[in-house]
Amino acid sequence: MNQNDPDIMARLHDQFADKIEDVNAVDQPTLMVALDDLIPVLTFLKTQENYAMCLDVLAVDYLPSRPRFELVYHLYQPWKRARIRVKTRVAIDQSVPTVTTLWPGANWPEREAFDLFGIVFSGHPDLKRIYLPEDWDGHPLRKDYPLTGTRID
Amino acid sequence: MAADKLESTQTVDPGQTMIINLGPQHPSTHGVLRVRLELDGERVVHAEPVVGYLHTGFEKTAENLTYQQCNTITDRLDYLAPMTNNLAYVLAVEKLLGVEVPKRAQYIRVLFAELTRVASHLVWLGTHVMDLGAMSLFFYTMREREVILDLIEDAAGVRMNPSYFRIGGLAYDLPAGFHEKVHEFVKDFPRWMKSYRHLFEGNPLINERLEGIATITQEQALAWSVTGPNLRATGLPIDLRKDEPYSSYEDFDFDVPVRTGADAYARFWVRVDEIYEAMKIIEQAIDKITPTGPYTSSDRKISLPPRDEIYGNMEALIHQFKLVTQGFVVPAGEVYQAVEGPRGEMGFYIVSDGGTKPYRWRARTPSFYNLQTMPLMCKDGLVADVITAIGSIDIMLGDVDK
Repeated sequence: MNQNDPDIMARLHDQFADKIEDVNAVDQPTLMVALDDLIPVLTFLKTQENYAMCLDVLAVDYLPSRPRFELVYHLYQPWKRARIRVKTRVAIDQSVPTVTTLWPGANWPEREAFDLFGIVFSGHPDLKRIYLPEDWDGHPLRKDYPLTGTRID
Repeated sequence: MAADKLESTQTVDPGQTMIINLGPQHPSTHGVLRVRLELDGERVVHAEPVVGYLHTGFEKTAENLTYQQCNTITDRLDYLAPMTNNLAYVLAVEKLLGVEVPKRAQYIRVLFAELTRVASHLVWLGTHVMDLGAMSLFFYTMREREVILDLIEDAAGVRMNPSYFRIGGLAYDLPAGFHEKVHEFVKDFPRWMKSYRHLFEGNPLINERLEGIATITQEQALAWSVTGPNLRATGLPIDLRKDEPYSSYEDFDFDVPVRTGADAYARFWVRVDEIYEAMKIIEQAIDKITPTGPYTSSDRKISLPPRDEIYGNMEALIHQFKLVTQGFVVPAGEVYQAVEGPRGEMGFYIVSDGGTKPYRWRARTPSFYNLQTMPLMCKDGLVADVITAIGSIDIMLGDVDK
């Protein structure tokens, strides 16, 4: 368990009260926020707590549940060597505000989540498929996308 | 046509730019990277990397394999440093399982992680210097890399894609005579390194092409999620082996090379210095590894029983059958585990739903994030410096495209 910034959860609770929800994880402090509170929480972590690096942005598809997707942000505080994970739930018809304004490095991972999961990031400077061809149908990492089969055009 | 006439046509319309594709099939792009260059004469206005030519859908495939089988996929991400990927993955799953790995197996893991770091840096050194115009070093570094691959072959059975680390420990014990081979390698390597240095150290042709080229400042590196030697070349001594020791790295004595130049020259020397530090760790590791001892955890629900036990022991046979046909169950939860790879932070994020296959298998591959900085590094530079930029951040396309 990364405990390099032990009071971070307490400070987040002071700032955002009951808007954030603690999640049990074996490796690092983890919290769940509503989609509307995502940008305020991430902005606080970036500007007030100096979490200067966004190591990864990724999506997980929990198919039968609603909202369907979970977005996971892995943040890093390079001076304290501290990590934190912020999660939010996204429905299939919802668009997520981009974090490229906070961390430009989130550009490609957000494009990847768009490409492979079909999650739309509003305000992204260059939202297009990154791995697959522009005319590809479907989003392969969704759980309802088949693993094998021939493509019918 | 006279040269002065050419020049005059260029100055007629200075705003006119030209689009040129560098790659995807180009030797200096180290794989299948396409860079869309917007040029104003020889100046780069914008360099946009276009990736995806090596996309193989590893993350989708992994969701349909058992935890132990996924290990083979990690090899193929960054195929120049397969052991590092193995290590990140097995550590992630072990963290979820809460399994204890014997100290000896941890030291062997450290040994191979550092051997692959040296092998990977040797390939980088050879190809990067070749991109800069010095051909001969490539042949030497590839020759010496082969010695490391032979060591890997001795232990794992294959040169590339070894999958030697398994969840719970290692696939096999070290073969007889392995210690002597590593000692021999440790003895020979400084001499080889010295002969390489004669070719590039203080060489004005190489220095001119590196100094002040393809700069990524510390603020840019942090904002763009750059990790590894590229970040350490900006003056930040961030090394996960020191900051969050895994696999008993705290037992080893080594330094973290840091430079402050933030340019291609600084990154070059951070990597060269890292080769020496890795050799220091290899030397200590081989002394710590006892010739015999446990190489995998004794938890039969995770590690395969030894071969000779299977034929005489009913319980061992059942365990073997269950592990091979179904795999083991990993408790529900999520975990992120990162290790310091040759290219930066190599991490795995795994979500388990309590089954025998990962629900979500995410590889945080360093090259993918490092490559994003191409437009910053190349802006207003020359076309020749684009080649330097690609080589100096040491990308691996298997890592970028996964």
